[in-house]
Amino acid sequence: MISGQELVTGLVSQGVTHWLWIPDSELGRWETDLVSHPRLQLIRVSREAEAIGIAAGLMLGGKKPIVAMQCTGFFDAGDAFRNVVHDLHLPLFLILGIRNYLAYQERRTTDSCPRFTIPVLEAWRVPFQILSPEATAADLVQLYREAQRRGEAFVAALPE
Amino acid sequence: MTAEQALAVLAQHRGNAMVITTMGAVGIWPRLSDTPLDFAYMPSAMGEGPALALGLALAQPQRRVIAICGDGSLLMNLGCLVTIANYPAELYLVILDNGLYEVTGGQPIVGSRRIHFGLLAQGAGIRRTYHFTDLQSWEQSAGLCLEPPGPVVIWLEIEGRLGQKTPSPPRSMRDQIERLHRALAIGNV
Repeated sequence: MISGQELVTGLVSQGVTHWLWIPDSELGRWETDLVSHPRLQLIRVSREAEAIGIAAGLMLGGKKPIVAMQCTGFFDAGDAFRNVVHDLHLPLFLILGIRNYLAYQERRTTDSCPRFTIPVLEAWRVPFQILSPEATAADLVQLYREAQRRGEAFVAALPE
Repeated sequence: MTAEQALAVLAQHRGNAMVITTMGAVGIWPRLSDTPLDFAYMPSAMGEGPALALGLALAQPQRRVIAICGDGSLLMNLGCLVTIANYPAELYLVILDNGLYEVTGGQPIVGSRRIHFGLLAQGAGIRRTYHFTDLQSWEQSAGLCLEPPGPVVIWLEIEGRLGQKTPSPPRSMRDQIERLHRALAIGNV
């Protein structure tokens, strides 16, 4: 399980300035740690595409945002994602919760979200990695560090 | 009031603000201003212009950022008004309300000419909203509207144009970003 406190501390140490999100029930556990860090601004948005648009402006203005959302919101935000990654070529780092992914692997759910998340990520031609359920905050911070070094967009997908 | 007239007034009063243009305004604005602080958000994700401008305004709090957005574009992302209200920045959202999807040839938007964008903005929590339906009033008040503090919503009712084609930005996105970053003294993102 990823510690919110360790994640926020690690990302801020890498220069992250803003966190934009609409949480889901798993990501939402980080809320207290996101709110309380003095060097991170949490921005709550009305819709996931908006988070990506604001993040683009922050990056154009020299800041380093993280965007987090559930796969449902990612489906909805496709055009904003396409535009920022493939038209503006900005190094968007997206943390994506895949709803019911673990149950899907064990054929214990009829939820169609996990079935379509990976094909959609592949369709958008963006580098991504599905973390293991045992992944730590340090693993996620390392993915961010590597993506920033490459100057590329990246999606870190968390199985839920 | 035509779009050209409305934007000419804006160009006279923008000072050193960044100006983010979208959709139909992309084809007009470069004739009025083409500095490194003018950013044509095209290719775009329709409706995300105000969001991008909010991000810029939060990143560059010492500068004013003007976002020019169509009525149809704003309807695609109305929730941005709530976000703009809750993260105060020097953001000035100019809504060009022509009642049309102009770049697709001039089809009416839903609720064309019956939407009160001022009330929508105020209901979202944006206190400073202005509404102009004629050029003279806009000319007289533009300077005041663009004075801090933001956020500000300026709703301009303009004439619709039929038969327009999708405009082209004055330069590639890469070139735009590079010159914007030079102007803001920012290294590679």
